[in-house]
Amino acid sequence: MNVEAALAIQTSTAPKTGADLLIKSLIEEGVELLFGYPGGAVLPIYDAIYRARDEIKHILFRHEQGSIHAAEGYARITGKPGVVIATSGPGATNLVTGIADAMMDSLPLVIFTGQVATSVIGTDAFQESDIMAITTPITKHNYQVRSAGDLPRIVKEAFHIASTGRPGPVVIDIPKDISAGEIDDSDLKSDFFLPGYQPTTKPNPLQIKKLAEALSKSRKPVLLAGAGVLHAKASEELRNFAEKHSLPVVTTLLGLGSFPAESPLSLGMGGMHGTYTANMALYECDLLINIGARFDDRLTGNLKHFAPNAKVAHIDIDPAEIGKVVITHIPIVSDAKEALCELSSQSVEPLVHHEWMEKLEQNKLQFPLWYKNNDSDMCPQWLMRAIHQATNGDAVITTDVGQHQMWAAQYYQFSEPHRWVTSGGLGTMGFGFPAAIGAQIASPESKVIAIVGDAGFQMTLQELSVVHELKLPIKIIIVNNGALGMVRQWQETFYENRYSHSVLQSQPDFSMLAESYQVRGIKVTSQEELLSVLPDVMAYDGPVLMDCRVLQQENVYPMIAPGKGLHEMIGVKE
Amino acid sequence: MRRIITATVQNRSGVLNRVTGLLQRRQFNIESISVGPTETEGISKMTLVVDVEDSQKLEQVTKQLNKQIDVLKVSDITDKAIVARELALIKVAGGGQLRSEIKGIIEPFRASIIDVSKDSLAIQVTGKPEKIEALIELLRPYGIKELSRTGLTAFLRGQQPQVTEMNSYSLLK
Repeated sequence: MNVEAALAIQTSTAPKTGADLLIKSLIEEGVELLFGYPGGAVLPIYDAIYRARDEIKHILFRHEQGSIHAAEGYARITGKPGVVIATSGPGATNLVTGIADAMMDSLPLVIFTGQVATSVIGTDAFQESDIMAITTPITKHNYQVRSAGDLPRIVKEAFHIASTGRPGPVVIDIPKDISAGEIDDSDLKSDFFLPGYQPTTKPNPLQIKKLAEALSKSRKPVLLAGAGVLHAKASEELRNFAEKHSLPVVTTLLGLGSFPAESPLSLGMGGMHGTYTANMALYECDLLINIGARFDDRLTGNLKHFAPNAKVAHIDIDPAEIGKVVITHIPIVSDAKEALCELSSQSVEPLVHHEWMEKLEQNKLQFPLWYKNNDSDMCPQWLMRAIHQATNGDAVITTDVGQHQMWAAQYYQFSEPHRWVTSGGLGTMGFGFPAAIGAQIASPESKVIAIVGDAGFQMTLQELSVVHELKLPIKIIIVNNGALGMVRQWQETFYENRYSHSVLQSQPDFSMLAESYQVRGIKVTSQEELLSVLPDVMAYDGPVLMDCRVLQQENVYPMIAPGKGLHEMIGVKE
Repeated sequence: MRRIITATVQNRSGVLNRVTGLLQRRQFNIESISVGPTETEGISKMTLVVDVEDSQKLEQVTKQLNKQIDVLKVSDITDKAIVARELALIKVAGGGQLRSEIKGIIEPFRASIIDVSKDSLAIQVTGKPEKIEALIELLRPYGIKELSRTGLTAFLRGQQPQVTEMNSYSLLK
């Protein structure tokens, strides 16, 4: 046999190990990209990845947490599951924050963790951790593979579970002997049947009718749009429905972009740092139609004062969210798109709500978002506006958690869906930068901006290596106030200026740090400087880190203090 | 309020952990839980007795349980016509003539003595939790050395009364 023939046989033969079978299953699932980090228990899988290198790409991060946040960014932009691989023990536990984050924000992920061999599970073997027990409360579902023959079915089930219904993370734990063991895959089946998992996606027509009737009678209606609209890719349907009946729309933090911010019907974001108009609309409305939001406490404030006079309709694909915290009069278990389509086909009497609309309009004019600007110092809110302007409002924005996140949410006016990647429910510092890597990979043509704080960035900055390696043209904007801004703000407001461990005493020179990763770094200290470099930065065909020194004492306003109601906002423009 | 909830589940590893973990995480108090196989292979049934504050909390328990992939069906059967039983093993101190005295006590309960030693005897009793409580109280003066209870298991009676008040928490209520 000549060499070529021998090679042909070698590459064309059927999978040999459990790991090969796993990779084959992933390819069949349409996976093109893996976010991961190797280690002992996943060596057989990494060997199979090596063999399949022409068919599936793998990106090596510098910390498992970076890989999973990147996968979240990828999932948020594409709607497809992000696929993560990490080894057993510390590799797996380093994923925990990302798994919990994805669970809270309903992001589809399929996560593979290595596990010690079945013969030593339970003996406290080297790098063993009970990742099944650890991840049970923070996954939509999890599996430990007991036989390699089950892999095709489990992989198929996992992708189905992660990406349908209310999306979420699914963990598959694979012992090393399963991935390393030889297997004959000729008669393996990947068919599955999940009798306990049949998500309702079509709305009950009676309930839709009830909602249409309630709408006809309503004098002060308001729509609340959450991320469910984005998951269902229903922004257009939402806009049509809102415009048809001229309904005002409040978006949640994660729902930003589901409805165009520049629309006259948009009231902006609701909640703790939402607009006065949005919160007062939620407070005073007589009909609240929640589409795909989960009435998070950061949105509702004190529940006693949440929409006290309203009839509440709640459209959600997850029945457990309906009635969980807010008493709901018209529950509709459904996909947002299906429900909006059904709603639009209902006949609704022309609404008599001009008084309400006038009042909202007046609130918008009288109590807009505001900040005190001066021409020299860099005001963080001004910075957000400058970024918005420089990107024509069309960038993908990722953020960490804290003040900069709220300012980005307030001042970057999203007109399109799927441009906003942030950690909402879990509030994970260190999320924004790696998420930008996943977002840029998911959307190579988009301008991706990571707006991060100086503290959060230091939690996952090691991924600068990945940005350089892949030459991703991400623009990292550090809103640098030398503090854990939101913690500092709360200590100022609620703890009488006792700044306990919230002001950073020492910091790296971020631009030099970037340069050492071979990423262009720029330090900016004034408005003038920013305006002079920004066009160049945005036009630059590679990654840039901008260390923007902003005012430390600036606070996020307006605000609903903890325990207060929607109508008790402080820091509203006078 | 005390509710009896049954959950039919797929008998896969981790399912019990998932169910009890979720009840604990959402701050639902479990009074008892019993699990065992059903007439269908691969399917198990759990009977949970939970103590919940109000109907909103109760609705959350059932919905959260239902949400689990391996949970096939969840029913609150508290207000239905049901058969509910528990088994208890009670070890009581007592030898000699005490034995016949105890025998007289347990007889109306249709309990039986299943182990006898020099200075103790073990009693097995089946019934509703209240009946078991009653027997335990009667036996307490003799000195209970050990007590082990299975927790409640229950299912619907073959025939349900024609008119049942739908006292459940449907979304439509």
